[in-house]
Amino acid sequence: MPHPLEQSLIALLGGLLLLTVFAMLSIRRIFSMIRIFVLQGLILSASTFIVGLVSGEKHLLFQAFITFILKVVVLPVLLFRLIHRLRLRGDVEVVLNVPVTMVTGIFVVIFSYAVASPLSQMAMTISRGLIGVGLATVLLSFLVILTRRKAVTQVLGLLSLENGLLFSATNATYGMPMIVELGVALDVLVGTLLFGVFFFQIRESFEKLDLERLERTWED
Amino acid sequence: MAILSMLSIPLLSACLFAVWGDRPWVPRVNAFATFLLFVSSLFLAGEVVQEHRVFALYGQLFSDPLNIIFVILTGLISTTTAIYSVGYIRFEMERGQFGAGRLRLYHSMFQMVVFSMLLGLLSDNLGLLWVALETATLSNAFLISIYRTPKSIEAAWKYFVLLGVGIAQAFFGLILLYFAAERELGPGGNALLWTQLDLVKTHLNPMVLSLSFIFFFVGLGTKVGLVPLHGWLPDAHAEGPTPASAILSGLLLNVALYSILRIKVLADAAIKWPMAGDILLVFGFLTVVVAVFSLWKRNDVKRLFSYSSIEHMGIAAIGFGIGGEAATLAALLHLTFHSLTKSSLFFLVGTASQWCKTQKIAEIRGILVHSPFWGLSLIVAGCAILGVPPFGLFASEFLLFKALIHTNPWLAVVLMVCLAVAFGVILKRVLEMVSGENAPPGPVPSLSRAPVLIHLVLVAVLGVGIPSFIWNWYQGTAHYLLGSL
Repeated sequence: MPHPLEQSLIALLGGLLLLTVFAMLSIRRIFSMIRIFVLQGLILSASTFIVGLVSGEKHLLFQAFITFILKVVVLPVLLFRLIHRLRLRGDVEVVLNVPVTMVTGIFVVIFSYAVASPLSQMAMTISRGLIGVGLATVLLSFLVILTRRKAVTQVLGLLSLENGLLFSATNATYGMPMIVELGVALDVLVGTLLFGVFFFQIRESFEKLDLERLERTWED
Repeated sequence: MAILSMLSIPLLSACLFAVWGDRPWVPRVNAFATFLLFVSSLFLAGEVVQEHRVFALYGQLFSDPLNIIFVILTGLISTTTAIYSVGYIRFEMERGQFGAGRLRLYHSMFQMVVFSMLLGLLSDNLGLLWVALETATLSNAFLISIYRTPKSIEAAWKYFVLLGVGIAQAFFGLILLYFAAERELGPGGNALLWTQLDLVKTHLNPMVLSLSFIFFFVGLGTKVGLVPLHGWLPDAHAEGPTPASAILSGLLLNVALYSILRIKVLADAAIKWPMAGDILLVFGFLTVVVAVFSLWKRNDVKRLFSYSSIEHMGIAAIGFGIGGEAATLAALLHLTFHSLTKSSLFFLVGTASQWCKTQKIAEIRGILVHSPFWGLSLIVAGCAILGVPPFGLFASEFLLFKALIHTNPWLAVVLMVCLAVAFGVILKRVLEMVSGENAPPGPVPSLSRAPVLIHLVLVAVLGVGIPSFIWNWYQGTAHYLLGSL
């Protein structure tokens, strides 16, 4: 193994990434959840940067830069402003059954590793052992969206899902072709602006960003 | 050239309408722009007939016998929908539903949805296809929430979150596909070009491709509205404006199913046993059964017909799942006829619910008294969607049954029962709505008759006898889809 230090660093970052998703599953305060999301963006861009340095793939460095700008600077600023304007700063969400969710999460991780292990053997990247972490992040974020009821937290789940996808792409194939990356970045940005519009509309119509209450308005 | 002009027309119109979308001339210009689109799609078809495959933008975009069918359909139905939208919007403005800002948003997003569908259909790069599908989701979410009622916002939210999750699964499938393709085609943009993948598809790693197909199927299946991920579809249809429902049912579902087909071609060749087809078959059946039994007790008319869209998508999935030339041909025809019939149905019930100021079936009465043309058209369209001869869906369902009886006779019986149930429920509802005395007030928009008439005449004429060039063309496409197996 030519790059033992870098490899263990990337593995460490992968472990931290998994920890952040587990934190998202259990945290009650919305404000803290956005902080966790910022941390996740930081971890993702750092690991992309290291993989880029070691492999010599220049577009990964560029992607690490885009990730940093988008996930650590732009989106958090948008989200924090939103929280501030909607006065959700101190809001607490009731998370049901944290132990059950955690245990389910552990099984999800085991399952992801089982699915990813043949892929890891075939991959030629230096960080091939982490494809399972990427898949686990994707599936755990899915769990976040399922267990959360508030609009803001569901969006954070979606964004974390997207982080998991980027992490998988970096570790399995050194990222996707440039045109795809740019398209994805654009869609995420537009999507987040859309969340903003939705937040205000939901706020106007329902006073509170609670989707559980919305569901009761259905009759059909 | 035709490809680039087709994409630039809706993109430029979207930008234009974002600024001036509230001017009185905009609805007509909107219709004219989509008409230009339709004309250029015919030019493109001419090029495809001559050259088989036409490329543009350094090979990132292309047109071949498969996608040209859907491109022409998109051109045609977006034109008729834009014509219908003129009368629809006028009515809504008289009711005071739309302000200037909403009008700008509506027209701009209408063109944006058309643009993203065309980009998805025409992209050779599967990554670009993914980006286009995501763009379609985002722009459609704006259309669905345009009335700003609590229900429409919730429907748009549900659409957004469910499809966001779905499309993310498809992206994981894309990563896996790139992972397998990179070994054969080398890293870089070329490894996601469908035409390049088509050349090496038998060498792609079967294990990776089967995983990739499953992820793609979950993601794109959500967009098609296949059970169990169909929850967003009735809400999105019922709460959005009617032109958006017509586009969604008539075109967007097709684009998603088309994307699954592209992946299926690659997966079939790589995996060497019909896993992709079996998955489509199983979920197609599940979809038909669940959709048909959800038709009971629907009291919202747009919801009723959106469940019927789910059912028909299931039928098309069954057709592609069976495989073989006859079934694939039947499924392609089914998608075409369903698009034409279902969008005309949405035009009809959309206007009827504008008259009655409600979408509740129980309160929509007397359409035949109010406007004989509208009432008769609704009966005709209702029969057409149920597969009554001589309409097109009868022909495609007949072909499908013929193929199904050869391969899975028991499933044919199940499908027959489902279709019979759907027949009873929908026909009863349609007859209830057209009959009755209390004629609702409200004008009959004269311009809106044309789209309904065009669709119904096309479906009837093509159902009676498909011209040989269209038949050969569809057969050639089915052959092209399966040719490489």
